[in-house]
Amino acid sequence: MTQPASAAPLRFLLNGHPVTVAHAPAQTTLLEYLRDTAQLTGTKEGCAEGDCGACTVILAEPSRASDGLAWKPVNACIRLLPSVSGKAVFTVESLRAPDGALHPVQQALVQHHGSQCGFCTPGFAMSLFGLYKNAHRPAPAVVCDALSGNLCRCTGYRPIAAAAQAMYDTPCAPGAPAWQACGRTADGSRAVSDDEAAMATALAALAVEGTHDYRAAGGRWRAPRDLDALAAIVEAHPEARIVAGATDVGLWITKHLRDLPELVYTGEVEELLQVRSLPTHLSIGAAVSLADAFAALDARWPELSEGWQRFASVPIRNSGTLGGNVANGSPIGDSMPALIALQASVVLRKGTRTRELPLEALYLAYRKSALEPGELVTHVHVPQRPAGLLVRAYKVSKRYDQDISAVFACFALVLDGARVVQARIGCGGVAGTPVRARAAEAALEGKPWNAATAETAAAILQGEFSPIDDMRATAGYRRRVLGNLLRRFALETAHGAAPVTRIEHVATEASA
Amino acid sequence: MNAPHPLADLRAVVGAAVPHDSAALHVSGEARYTDDLDEPRGMLHVAVGVSPAAHGRLHALDLRAVHATPGVVAVVTASDIPGVNDVGPIVHDDPIFAQDVLQFVGQPVFAVAATSVRAARQAARLARFDIEPLPAILTIEEALAAQSYVLPPVHVTRGDPAGALSRAPHRLAGTVEAGGQDHFYLEGQIALATPREHGGMHVFTSTQHPGEVQHMVAHALGLAAHDVVVECRRMGGGFGGKETQMSLFACVAALVARRTGRAAKLRLDRDDDMRSTGKRHAFAYRYEVGFDDAGRILGLDLTLASRCGFSADLSGPVNDRAVFHADNTYWLPNVALHSFRCKTNTVSDTAFRGFGGPQGMFPIEHVIDEIALALRLDPLDVRYANLYGTIERNVTPYGMAIEDNIADDLMRRLEASSRYRERRAAIARWNGDSPVVKRGIALTPVKFGISFTATHYNQAGALLHLYSDGTLLLNHGGTEMGQGLFTKVAQVVAQELGLPVASVRVSASDTSKVPNASPTAASSGSDLNGMAARDAARTLRARLVAFAARKFACAEADIAIEGGMVTAGTRTLPFADLARSAYMARVPLSATGFYATPKIHYDPKTLTGRPFFYFAYGAAVSEVAIDTLTGEHRLLAVDILHDVGASLNPAIDTGQIEGGFIQGWGWLALEELWWNGKGELGTHAPSTYKIPTAHDVPAHFRVDFYGAPNGEETIHRSKAVGEPPFMLALSGFHALRDAVASVAERTLAPRLDAPATDERILGAVDDLRARLADG
Repeated sequence: MTQPASAAPLRFLLNGHPVTVAHAPAQTTLLEYLRDTAQLTGTKEGCAEGDCGACTVILAEPSRASDGLAWKPVNACIRLLPSVSGKAVFTVESLRAPDGALHPVQQALVQHHGSQCGFCTPGFAMSLFGLYKNAHRPAPAVVCDALSGNLCRCTGYRPIAAAAQAMYDTPCAPGAPAWQACGRTADGSRAVSDDEAAMATALAALAVEGTHDYRAAGGRWRAPRDLDALAAIVEAHPEARIVAGATDVGLWITKHLRDLPELVYTGEVEELLQVRSLPTHLSIGAAVSLADAFAALDARWPELSEGWQRFASVPIRNSGTLGGNVANGSPIGDSMPALIALQASVVLRKGTRTRELPLEALYLAYRKSALEPGELVTHVHVPQRPAGLLVRAYKVSKRYDQDISAVFACFALVLDGARVVQARIGCGGVAGTPVRARAAEAALEGKPWNAATAETAAAILQGEFSPIDDMRATAGYRRRVLGNLLRRFALETAHGAAPVTRIEHVATEASA
Repeated sequence: MNAPHPLADLRAVVGAAVPHDSAALHVSGEARYTDDLDEPRGMLHVAVGVSPAAHGRLHALDLRAVHATPGVVAVVTASDIPGVNDVGPIVHDDPIFAQDVLQFVGQPVFAVAATSVRAARQAARLARFDIEPLPAILTIEEALAAQSYVLPPVHVTRGDPAGALSRAPHRLAGTVEAGGQDHFYLEGQIALATPREHGGMHVFTSTQHPGEVQHMVAHALGLAAHDVVVECRRMGGGFGGKETQMSLFACVAALVARRTGRAAKLRLDRDDDMRSTGKRHAFAYRYEVGFDDAGRILGLDLTLASRCGFSADLSGPVNDRAVFHADNTYWLPNVALHSFRCKTNTVSDTAFRGFGGPQGMFPIEHVIDEIALALRLDPLDVRYANLYGTIERNVTPYGMAIEDNIADDLMRRLEASSRYRERRAAIARWNGDSPVVKRGIALTPVKFGISFTATHYNQAGALLHLYSDGTLLLNHGGTEMGQGLFTKVAQVVAQELGLPVASVRVSASDTSKVPNASPTAASSGSDLNGMAARDAARTLRARLVAFAARKFACAEADIAIEGGMVTAGTRTLPFADLARSAYMARVPLSATGFYATPKIHYDPKTLTGRPFFYFAYGAAVSEVAIDTLTGEHRLLAVDILHDVGASLNPAIDTGQIEGGFIQGWGWLALEELWWNGKGELGTHAPSTYKIPTAHDVPAHFRVDFYGAPNGEETIHRSKAVGEPPFMLALSGFHALRDAVASVAERTLAPRLDAPATDERILGAVDDLRARLADG
């Protein structure tokens, strides 16, 4: 490869202070580093798979919208240490003021009795701190979403949610650093303090020229900065593991105890970090975080927002990428069924060759994709919204938040008057891959969109796949629900008086 | 939300909403758990190698690849145990390491010590097992058929159940099941063992029962109790999962430390923890009930069969407590209770908040609901009709007269404050117009017996030091797992000595400070340790008062200690000055305290007597919505009225009630343990095992205290609060049943087991619709 490479150590800010790491293996997790090397034991390991949130820290990087930082809660347990290079990590130890005064987030948790055993509490404190920096006096639903990645087994959450409301009532202690403040101007937009701007500047100075080639303890981490360099490395080293947020690969390391000596990071490749709206389609780079990708999709297809909100948790959506989810191709991943229904395609790159496939064509069989050795996903293209589109995405899982779907279905119809011109149905959880329900689509196309058409198609849809029994659901349930979700879609979008179809929309007469 | 305690103004410390004593440490990450402690020089990391088979004869264990892994220092197996290979708390059937027969998938077989956690864990997976498979019993049904039990069945009969059943105007029979539950304490099992002088051992571990760890480690190493010290400052959650389950891991760490002469730490990965540690017992029930036109139960024959796993562990007392709570708040004139403790090739199930009580109440509330559906009555009226009386109809099936029954008054107050009837009518109207989403509501009571059924556990000790600067350091036999025990006991001591609560520091539970301490369990922590600590504080106070009377030449009656100040006749001085003077005058400033619960007695053979000092009561109204297309459900509103006696700390008590309720809701509505046909647990991590999140908490969640002081002389007339609120969540389960039943306008009884997952709800709805269609 011809691009310049820099054999630099890892450099980042830890609780505001510059840190250099030269000897940690490339597959070290951020949590291992924090607890074992930095001796910051406030951050806990509860599950080592990004599901409990006891390890939540803030990962900040220069904001694209201001001259300050973007503050993002992430799970330290599965975040790979080299991926924080050039970023700023804040742990729970950073929150107390120099004189020991508690931060308003911490004060509110104490005053509202938000901790019992206290083991999950540092993670909650950091998720709440992220909320404190990113939203001002949010609605209860926003608080719930911010806490979707944090499990507490003691309190029943009520006092923590109360603390989330109360944390805006107390100012930071007089001696506290300015970056800790909520930082709102009179119009509610975020104000960037001088120390925050200084950290952003300091981070910019940590950027490595060319491909960052970090080697330690027999492992190697390469972080190219442009797509050509990335494609060249991946083609030359098809055995290397491509990694972005490591929300899946992290588990290979912590749970399967696999050693991954060759890692290639996509998160510094500028072309892959962009969302671009083109006349024909929306182009989402493979390293765009799930959070940013969903925000872009939300703006155009607001009907899908609940599905995105229920996709994992805030910290996972901050770390994980849409490209990673699509390339991983799990049969129970939630982005693919919706993207298939929206007729998305994937752009693949191998060396200098680029090709584009309809998304559903990427998946050949269980965990088997059309990706060739040395080839990678670079972009997801979603066609711009057609006129007359009716679309809904439904997720069914044992738990509302942060759960893997038993069934995920997305229905997209293009209507001409009352007639279905085109139907696309993407499904997850019902086959070895994310799939298109072509038989049910055929039963809808050309028909008037009404309950009778839906019933005919639902009966077909229920029989179209052969799902499995597992710990999430039986095959019978998955089939039955898949059909019923099409019935729900019809109730919500076909003409006629729509009954209440969502338990989330039901109110109680219980007095407040 | 909660009205201040009526005596709050008189009780500046006790009764105040004092924050948890570690709250500031929790929120700043400074609270240290076992894994956060400084690691001793040369410390090794330990991982456990486990059985891959549910049942089999182990012919050979090839550990060569384990030994050969870089970083590995030692491997230990059963043959390396110098003492006894057993951690069974009651029955000695619980090996540290399986030797000849493997009894469940995940059973520890060996341990490997290495210089890093990763090396130890990687090595532990490299053993090769030569196993001759044996038939595995995995379910309650299979165990009952094979009469496979860990302990003999127990039968309790009162009156003439068979006769009452045959004469009853109405009869119903059926079956129902309630699943198990993983504790999911956020901090997994962990132990750090360090060799000490004279061959002794020091163990830091996360445990509800340091005294038992001490004895187990001593037995395993062949040591005397005084050679082993066990210490625990705090747990990251326990819930019963660290009452016995930590013993094995503490023994393994100690064995490695003994073998290598180096400190050894064993911290289980979450998946390994969930595979290898016991859970709440799953139960299967069969019942036959006879009742009159008003729904009053005349005769009941109830079988409660539990999955205990491969060993007895605490299954005896857990199942006893299920039997003791099969009445809940209801008078059962003629009753036969059959308790089967099934032995299965699964992990040995154990204590979990409620300790069988929830599994005892589950079937009787189900039976009441079935009666109400059969008679087309409001289930609340059937509940009222069956309540125990206060002077008659007040003897439990196990022969204990209930002297403190407040269930009727408590329920009627909640019925009114929650507007139960009005809401039930509104929900019925709403459901009539809503074909897809249905709502349901239910009010259920709880009566929970307080005391260990193992009578000898109902004792506690405390050790209180007063230093010459006027500060106090307290040790007691209880452990802190988040429930606020240390805070409450500090309040009790501060109250007794007229000091602010900050004057009292509670230090780590330590077997070298308070010997032979009982587990912190059975909701008894504050009842027992509060009394013992108060005893110690009273001894100290008496010495100080006598000293002050001598020093200031006044009567003892003229001495007052309040607000950190001492008044002796006309003199007033800071408490610290009195402490200093007492020290100079050579007054002993350290005291022990002790407490043994009075009145209780009980015959474990016949399960009769007075096993409980008193009962804690409560009731809850829950309202839910279900989606009849998917079975998805949502808790909409919860109103709770709970009896905490005179609250020691209303903030902590509210936290126990809210947290207990949501954990109970998890058991009944969300959390499903799933094993495959080979006995492998599929739900062994939070990715697959789903405890409630913030979203699952109802928007309307109101908690009130009943407010009456405990009729028995407990610590400041408070009542135990750890476990009873867990069972309030039965109201949510019955609200789900109500919502399902609305599909058939309550003309048919839904078939719904717990946990009521989406799939089970949809199955129950589809089943009702099919039965309706069949006429």
